Amino acid sequence: MAAITLEQVVKRFGRDEVIHGIDLRIAHDEFVVLVGPSGCGKSTTLRMIAGLEDLSDGTIRIGDQVVNDLPPRKRNLAMVFQNYALYPHMNVRQNLGFGLTIAGEPKEVVAERVQDTAALLGLSDLLDRLPAELSGGERQRVAMGRALVRRPEAFLFDEPLSNLDAKLRVQMRGEIKRLHTAVRTTIVYVTHDQVEAMTLADRIVVMQDGRIEQIGQPMTLFDHPVNTFVAGFIGTPPMNLIPARIAGDEIAFNDGQQIPLPDRFTALVTEGQSVIFGLRPDHLCPDKKQRETGTSLVEIPLKVHMIEPHGAEMLLHARLAGQPVLGKMYAPRPVAPGDQLTFQLALDKIHLFDAASGRSVTAR
Amino acid sequence: MSPSTDQENLPAVTRLFRRHHSALTPLLLLSPALLILLFVIALPMAFSLYASFTPYRMTRPDSIETFIGLRNYIRLIGNDDFWAAFLRTLLFLAIALNLELILGLGIALLIDRVTLGQRLLRTIMMFPMMFSPILVGFQFKFIFNDNIGVVNNALQFLGLADQAIPWLVDGTLAMGAILFAEIWMSTSVFAIVLLAGLFAMPRDPLEAAKVDGCTPWQSFRHVTLPFLLPFAYIAMTIRSLDVARAYDIVAIMTDGGPAGRTELLWTLIARVGFDNARMGEANAMAFMASLLSILFTWFLFTRLLAARRTMGGVE
Ligand SMILES: Nc1ncnc2c1ncn2[C@@H]1O[C@H](COP(=O)(O)OP(=O)(O)OP(=O)(O)O)[C@@H](O)[C@H]1O
Ligand SMILES: [Mg+2]
Repeated sequence: MAAITLEQVVKRFGRDEVIHGIDLRIAHDEFVVLVGPSGCGKSTTLRMIAGLEDLSDGTIRIGDQVVNDLPPRKRNLAMVFQNYALYPHMNVRQNLGFGLTIAGEPKEVVAERVQDTAALLGLSDLLDRLPAELSGGERQRVAMGRALVRRPEAFLFDEPLSNLDAKLRVQMRGEIKRLHTAVRTTIVYVTHDQVEAMTLADRIVVMQDGRIEQIGQPMTLFDHPVNTFVAGFIGTPPMNLIPARIAGDEIAFNDGQQIPLPDRFTALVTEGQSVIFGLRPDHLCPDKKQRETGTSLVEIPLKVHMIEPHGAEMLLHARLAGQPVLGKMYAPRPVAPGDQLTFQLALDKIHLFDAASGRSVTAR
Repeated sequence: MSPSTDQENLPAVTRLFRRHHSALTPLLLLSPALLILLFVIALPMAFSLYASFTPYRMTRPDSIETFIGLRNYIRLIGNDDFWAAFLRTLLFLAIALNLELILGLGIALLIDRVTLGQRLLRTIMMFPMMFSPILVGFQFKFIFNDNIGVVNNALQFLGLADQAIPWLVDGTLAMGAILFAEIWMSTSVFAIVLLAGLFAMPRDPLEAAKVDGCTPWQSFRHVTLPFLLPFAYIAMTIRSLDVARAYDIVAIMTDGGPAGRTELLWTLIARVGFDNARMGEANAMAFMASLLSILFTWFLFTRLLAARRTMGGVE
């Protein structure tokens, strides 16, 4: 189990620079999740760690060793590829056991570990099938299994659960978490899925356009996003972000509506500053739930134009200062589109970002 | 049953065609091709098969009418010249195909690595295929000539040999020289087919193999090679048909000599059929030779299907 360190890592494909000097320290046995929109460079980063892409600049260390010029086979990492990359001519059993066989493990050990892994992933009945004879989800589990049979320095997962059905995904998520607690291996995990990122990660790395926007524990990112990108990216449904302006002790929206500026911001903003007002839907509620938690609330009337029932709760689409906003109702009661409701807005939960830079006014 | 009245006025063929519309259309459309196949392949084949049951000699045309059953074939069983040529052909086929496969694979792998000028190399690689086998035969007959040949001159110049080596006179050396010419001409068939295979190969299993700890040789052995196997069998099937028909090069370079020591099936057949004018016997030999071809093709084809099945392809 080794720490992985990236220092000023740059990747260029020809003249295109896709990774612009990222720094990342992954402690040994840490579970780090990379998230970010499609094309932001998550897979490229992972492939550079694995040794499948050369670095254009910077260094990568595994443990104390600089691995820039070390071929993949000497890095002792296990990787689950985004597109599975199974060996088409080998059956599931051979696919799973290949790495161990190459490493020269005795036959009985290979057979036993393949059995165990197959059982863990529900592949026991498919061991003699070829990849072409498997469904997408089954192939993904084989790809997963091929990594799990090994005992590497670190696991690299590239969206390993993206093709599984919801139930299996939850189950596999549990298995990965259990694996991590049991063997305490370093894991670098790429995903699009908010929930996966939040539930699995020790730390989340949010990337955009080949840069790291923020690194932090899941709840830190959720509660203290450093900029509007992270605020909008972490959490589902995403945070409401509405342009506003500081007017004395008030935050004034473009349509003239005002809410009081909480004290904690007064030293951080200037009069007349253009800001982005941020508030998660969880804290814009038309029912009494929030009042019981004792936060200071302001009431604002909003017209609901669409409702989205989610079972235990209900999402309400409305407009504030011409911008779409989402509110949440914790104890759903009948609401019809067009109803005017009084929403409670939790002042403690407000985020303010500088409109020009997008950075949170509380970020250092 | 009340067909329209004007239907009865149509010609019979048209009516027949209308009635069996769906069944006859494909046959009708295929008929030109079928007719050509019939006249160009089936009829000569049938004639040749029939001739193999007669003592037909071209000097005595009426001998074609005497039916002697399997006597030509029975005589072949005791014909040592025939069996020698048969075994030599088998050996020639085995050596040529395997060497061409190995060399072709090497060339394909090298060209696959080249990034600059790859198109040019691919074109150059195909040059030998563009020569007619007769030309190639003459070319190598000259190259291996013991007095004026390039090979002997070079060897003597470099001091590697003090006497002229009788390349085309010694039986084993002559066989080697013919093999060399055959391989020179046709290795590119393998190279092209295998290169196509390499181009079609998905790259990510190779990456997975690297991460799984494979050395370059292990990746090649366990991932690339199994993928290329069907392509190798395709090339082998094509080439086995070619080599089993090897005639031109041998005829030009040694014409089966010296003393029949490079005699392959097809030079023997041509000699028996045309020089000795014993067409009946030659036809019997030809059918035995075809049997050899069919066996080779069948063997390679079953291997091809097996290899494709494991590749997850459809049969
Ligand atoms: N081999 C390549 N040649 C050129 N550009 C590449 C290559 N591989 C990736 N890129 C570019 O690098 C950028 C990052 O790609 P990468 O695959 O890392 O994205 P990603 O974050 O994994 O996206 P996704 O979530 O869709 O998988 C993209 O703009 C992509 O077009
Ligand atoms: Mg990716």
